[in-house]
Amino acid sequence: MPEQRVVDADYLLLEAPRERKFITGAQAMAEAVKRANVDIAIAYPITPQSEVMHLVGDIWAQGYLKDYYRAEEEYGAMSAIAGAVRGGARAFSATSGPGLLRGLEAIASWPGHRIPAVLGVLTRVVNAPLSIQPDNVEIAYLLHCGMVVLHAENQQDVFDFTLAGFVISEKVDVYIPVAVCTEGFFVTHAKGYVSMTPEDMKLPPRDPYKAPVPPTDCEIPPARIQRDAPVQKSNFMSYLIHAVWQQEVWSSNIRAMKYIYKYLGGPIEVVNPDAEVFIVASGCAAAQGREAVRYAQLEGLNVGLVKVKSIRPFPEKEIREVLKKAKAVIVPEHNIVGWLAKEVKAAIPDNDKVIGGPRVYGGMTLPVELIMEKVYSALGIKKEKKVVV
Amino acid sequence: MKRYNIRIAGVGGQGVVTSAHILGNAMSAAGKYATLVPFFGSEKRMAPVEAYVRVSDQPIYEVGEVVYPNVIMIYHPQVITHGKSYTMPFYSGLKEGGIVIINTDVDIIPPEDWQVLRELNTKVYMFPATKLALELAGTELATNMAMIGLFFGITRLVGFEHIEQAVRERFLGNTFVASGGTTALDSAIEKKFKKKMELLEKNMQVIREAFKIAEERGWVEEEAYTS
Repeated sequence: MPEQRVVDADYLLLEAPRERKFITGAQAMAEAVKRANVDIAIAYPITPQSEVMHLVGDIWAQGYLKDYYRAEEEYGAMSAIAGAVRGGARAFSATSGPGLLRGLEAIASWPGHRIPAVLGVLTRVVNAPLSIQPDNVEIAYLLHCGMVVLHAENQQDVFDFTLAGFVISEKVDVYIPVAVCTEGFFVTHAKGYVSMTPEDMKLPPRDPYKAPVPPTDCEIPPARIQRDAPVQKSNFMSYLIHAVWQQEVWSSNIRAMKYIYKYLGGPIEVVNPDAEVFIVASGCAAAQGREAVRYAQLEGLNVGLVKVKSIRPFPEKEIREVLKKAKAVIVPEHNIVGWLAKEVKAAIPDNDKVIGGPRVYGGMTLPVELIMEKVYSALGIKKEKKVVV
Repeated sequence: MKRYNIRIAGVGGQGVVTSAHILGNAMSAAGKYATLVPFFGSEKRMAPVEAYVRVSDQPIYEVGEVVYPNVIMIYHPQVITHGKSYTMPFYSGLKEGGIVIINTDVDIIPPEDWQVLRELNTKVYMFPATKLALELAGTELATNMAMIGLFFGITRLVGFEHIEQAVRERFLGNTFVASGGTTALDSAIEKKFKKKMELLEKNMQVIREAFKIAEERGWVEEEAYTS
């Protein structure tokens, strides 16, 4: 392990020199953790998993983290993350599919406890029937927790979102956890080019007193909230305490947006802003959407892409603006419920132009050709289907 | 722009995944782009194996298995004759104007399949890769090399030197370093190295010959498929 020196967070994220490596998505996440001055990582090696927590174990053994342990199970892991963070540490964990759902009760309480942490969500199917394939339906369960939810398209996004995630999460006016989601296998197990900051530079350590709720101080919420919890009373004050607290969590979520602009170049990326038909996609569906834009270009069709990087806070205003003149909006997804299509429909006024699909699930690949079929039908193009399947 | 979405179907033990890696590495050696996806399953000798490779001179974003290939490479005749494949029939998903390369010395495509391939305007190249491997390298294990050689011979995506670099990387890796150890160890390594060099040369012969065959038979692609 090289001697790491602390550098300013803005310098590390925005200016530090970068070196290009060809690595997997799981490696990209561990490389970000390596540069994030993380104190403790806790995980439970449930099946399915990605290699992330295994790789973080490796870098702990090399001395990049102060502590690492295997929890008794996911609920324990996620509860222990809360404890470590309230105690002043910078913490990281990662999980997948069924593991995420098992830990969800603890995770859903992180924002209310004002826990700044980063959670890697490497999506797999939610059982049953038993399977371990990629499918991102689990992100739907995270959307109403109050946490910031970022969705990475590729290995580069995984690195950038994870490293920036710690900084955004610990901003005093945010101070809620950040989930960095990406597709299992398609991104975690596949290699891509990642431009990374130098290995010998790391973020400044967490300053637990730079917080809206100082740790271990029993007179200030949320510790105070735990001691004199609303549950102990049934009166207007107790309702109010909880209501105000929830409002504050969601306001914090919205306040994260300015940092998403600062560190991640904004919550959306737009390719071909003057397009007639837009594909709106997140995660690796955005990569497929990028290829669909290329296919369309070859055929002389005016198709654009809106890649949604931030699912929470959801960039309603930005999406509404881009889609104002679009004739049709296609939302391809790696899940059956179509959580992104619902978000998009809720964000724009003329939402009858939103085509929810194509959707694949259960581990299937999302062929660009399926997206193109929607493009053709949106543009009223009739194609003789010659491909034999 | 040249872009090929390739599905390789063969059986366990033929080096399907190995050759997918070599295909990708040759593209990378030429400063171009490739991504590859192996089929995740419990592979074993003579059981179906599939690998997917995307190659281009432009960046590739797409992920996942290739469902709609424009190149299908069949490494073993049993993929067609015995249906030893995850994707049945062997041409399922093939795009119009695509390429099918089959390792066989006789026509093994049933008439009804021929009809489909003709309708799709497919270029079918039947080529005795295993025979070539046996003749030149003395082992059928070099079948995959013949297939790679023919693919690059047809598409001319990379130069011969890039293929050689990729094969060399695969066989020699970076495991052979100037040793500071004992003489005995040195000679053992040298012996092993010599054997590997011989193997490498034989494989390269097979690739060279397949490359030549593509040219002699007039199979070299004029204008590449574009999506």
